[in-house]
Amino acid sequence: MKLVIALIAGMLFGGGLVVSGMTDTAKVQGWLDVFGAWDPTLAFVMGGAMFPMAIAWILTKGRSPMTGGNFPAPPEPKLGRNLIVGSVLFGMGWALAGLCPGPSIAAISFGGTSLWIFLVAMGAGMFIAPRVRAMMDA
Amino acid sequence: MENIAFQTDWLYGLIGGLFIGLGGAVFLLGNGRIMGASGLIGGLVDGSGWSNAAERIVFLAGVVIMPIIVLQFWDRSETNITDNVLQLVAAGLLVGVGTRIANGCTSGHGVCGISRLSLRGIVATVFYIMAGGLTMALFRAVLGWI
Repeated sequence: MKLVIALIAGMLFGGGLVVSGMTDTAKVQGWLDVFGAWDPTLAFVMGGAMFPMAIAWILTKGRSPMTGGNFPAPPEPKLGRNLIVGSVLFGMGWALAGLCPGPSIAAISFGGTSLWIFLVAMGAGMFIAPRVRAMMDA
Repeated sequence: MENIAFQTDWLYGLIGGLFIGLGGAVFLLGNGRIMGASGLIGGLVDGSGWSNAAERIVFLAGVVIMPIIVLQFWDRSETNITDNVLQLVAAGLLVGVGTRIANGCTSGHGVCGISRLSLRGIVATVFYIMAGGLTMALFRAVLGWI
């Protein structure tokens, strides 16, 4: 059952990414290009996504997940240097290619060689990340 | 505003966004999991998520499969992705390292975090959008490279 739910969730996520236009790097770069031809689409995507998600969070109160176990613990209030440094690095990469992790997976079937180059580099980055984090903590 | 595509883009964004949020809601209420793309992928890459690898792989398969289905009916395959290898590699490395150090990306910190008013999610989102905006300003407006 967990796997069926994961598949449905993944399909909704992937379908939403394509429909919203987030697999089009020009739209993402357009959102970040405040001094150029600014494209507000991403704000509508984020807003649209937060609506069902906020309801879902409210529904978790006093309940358990359908397939058992527990809901995630309340968010940690601690910010920390890793959150800031990591987010800044991510934002730079996000702007450079116009891709974040979700859309880079959703576009696998039609993104061509360029997308695969990005994916391999992203995978390499994720692979070395624990070592980078250890260096930062040292 | 004479461009029809421009007038409908926000609507597609909103509808697509609702589906993204619905996916996150299903994953949370069904499996008790936060739908964060970088965490789901990263856990497979660095081995930290191998204990529930099947759930991650099936989720990611869904993310790949649905666009294939959508594209049968609607050609939404324009990516406008660059073919500059250096730019792609730099971007991929930054996204990979950054999201894992920050423990989240647009879906985890952005969609799932902000919707429960997580301070970490809000702060992360402010910083990656600011860093992205400044990077765009530098490389497009100032240098004209991208």
